[in-house]
Amino acid sequence: MARQPQAAITDRLQRARQLHLGLWLLLGCAALLSLSSGASAVSIDTIFAALSGQALSPMEEVVLYSIRLPRLVLGILVGAALAVSGAVMQGLFRNPLADPGLVGVSAGAGLGAVAAIVLGGSVAWLGFAGIYLVPLAAFFGGWGSTMLLYQVATWHGRTSVATMLLAGIALGALAGAASGILVYMADDAQLRDLTFWGLGSLAGATWAKIAAAGPIIVIALLATPFLARGLNGLALGEAAAHHMGIPVQRVKSAAILSVAAATGAAVAVSGGIGFVGIVVPHLLRLATGPDHRMLLPNAAVLGAALLVLADLISRVVIAPAELPIGIVTAILGAPVFLWILLRRRGGMGL
Amino acid sequence: MRRVLLACGFALFAMPLSAAERVLSVGGAVTEIIYALDAQEKLVARDTTSTYPAKAKELPDVGYMRALSPEGVLSVAPDLILAVEGAGPPETLAVLQEADIALISVPEGYDGAAIAKKITLIGAALGREAEAETLARQVQNDLDHAAEQAQTRAGAAPKKVMFVLSTQGGRIMAAGQNTGADAIISLAGGVNAITGVQGYRPLSDEAILAAAPDVILMMDRQGDHAQGDGDLLAMPAIAATPAGQSGAILRMGGLYLLGFGPRTAVAVADLSAALYGR
Repeated sequence: MARQPQAAITDRLQRARQLHLGLWLLLGCAALLSLSSGASAVSIDTIFAALSGQALSPMEEVVLYSIRLPRLVLGILVGAALAVSGAVMQGLFRNPLADPGLVGVSAGAGLGAVAAIVLGGSVAWLGFAGIYLVPLAAFFGGWGSTMLLYQVATWHGRTSVATMLLAGIALGALAGAASGILVYMADDAQLRDLTFWGLGSLAGATWAKIAAAGPIIVIALLATPFLARGLNGLALGEAAAHHMGIPVQRVKSAAILSVAAATGAAVAVSGGIGFVGIVVPHLLRLATGPDHRMLLPNAAVLGAALLVLADLISRVVIAPAELPIGIVTAILGAPVFLWILLRRRGGMGL
Repeated sequence: MRRVLLACGFALFAMPLSAAERVLSVGGAVTEIIYALDAQEKLVARDTTSTYPAKAKELPDVGYMRALSPEGVLSVAPDLILAVEGAGPPETLAVLQEADIALISVPEGYDGAAIAKKITLIGAALGREAEAETLARQVQNDLDHAAEQAQTRAGAAPKKVMFVLSTQGGRIMAAGQNTGADAIISLAGGVNAITGVQGYRPLSDEAILAAAPDVILMMDRQGDHAQGDGDLLAMPAIAATPAGQSGAILRMGGLYLLGFGPRTAVAVADLSAALYGR
């Protein structure tokens, strides 16, 4: 009797591994599609020409190397960061609807960005940061508010997830109020900028942004596989996990730090992109179960692929103009999210 | 005279120096000026705010002026971008610079001299210097004339005008100082009812009552601007003002009223006539 569930779990893990290969394939196709389509005439032939060493026209070079390639790389990084952060948060809070917003990253990053957009022009010494002022402010805002929340929720070396959740709501309201004051001060043009920031976009992708955000995201993502066993244990409850020999407190702090770093960096360079962090982990749990050992890597690849595809849609659907990517992910993600809610309605007592 | 000028224009146009052959226009007033200079055959695309003349809407739209996408702009292969001040974002402009596309930023301003400057700058960029000079002088004269006439009409009793940008969620966003609306109201012989506020700001109901506007001015556009007069007059803050009591609500095209381009003199005359009668 005891063997059957064991066999089922191994079977699921096996399926998750096969899926992992499939997801890489999907990401590869998405990447190629993304590089070869867009408003201008640079196509798949141009890419093959570039790969075979032929010289490109200056225009083709700009489109490929300064526009599409940085966007692709940033899309992969941001998509992976958001999806993995979502999966980690859902594991940590043992709540299927948890997302990185719960640890204050989004509220803090939003406040940082609003402050930079509204006040940035009037504070002379901030001028050195130039076009990187908004991303920098968003990152430090997100990181700072998560650290504050973590301090509030940690007492005698133990972090209470419930306190964190409730304090997060209070801190979010406070950050929202502060943003509100700044929005009130904003002029017409700044209000437009705020709206576009909130909808998210990869249009501002530059190699400099990738160089700044990339290492943070990559390091945070590389740390998450070590959390997988701990998160699996936490699914049974903190006491049970502790009895299984899992260093609960270390898992919690590592999870919160990596989520704050990855999401903070992702939001800083791309603005508010919703639903990736909720939809991707859910799709994978439905397909191959909740085992974090494969869930986290699969979420990274699927998140990257989906964001690259969403960015592709945002670029081509009203070309030569562009739709903010947050609109695309919400249009695609919200129905999936509702469907998940309806399916689980009974189980969650909603 | 006009023919000679045109011929001069074509001569300039034919010279290798005036290289701009494919122009992207960003900003409603910029596009209007390009049409007014009869240089529209060089236009390859426009932004979302360029809605006049109607012909301009047939051009491909590269998006909102503050959220341009680099590849969208490159795809229409411009060799010159004429963009109103504030166009962006900076990341896009950096990529365009890398692609060696000339960009001329047209400064914004709210008087005749500013419009003349826009026209001269755009004329020079398109090899239409002579026409630009004529147009600039004409626009400035017309505007001076319209403003003078408006002041005479207003006489000693100028009306207090409140420009309402939007009424989203029952909150009235009105124009304070240093706005295009403020400038056009005073050009048309009115007085901005909202004082001591910079830019467009949401106002409290009490502030609107205290401002006591005689006339409410709005843009006739779709979206939340298109709120019916009845709904607007039913708002408690508006209902108790002189404008609310007499139902004095004026609506004019947004670009026409606030574009500060070739049509501004006519807009001033129109507004002043609507305020005081001809």
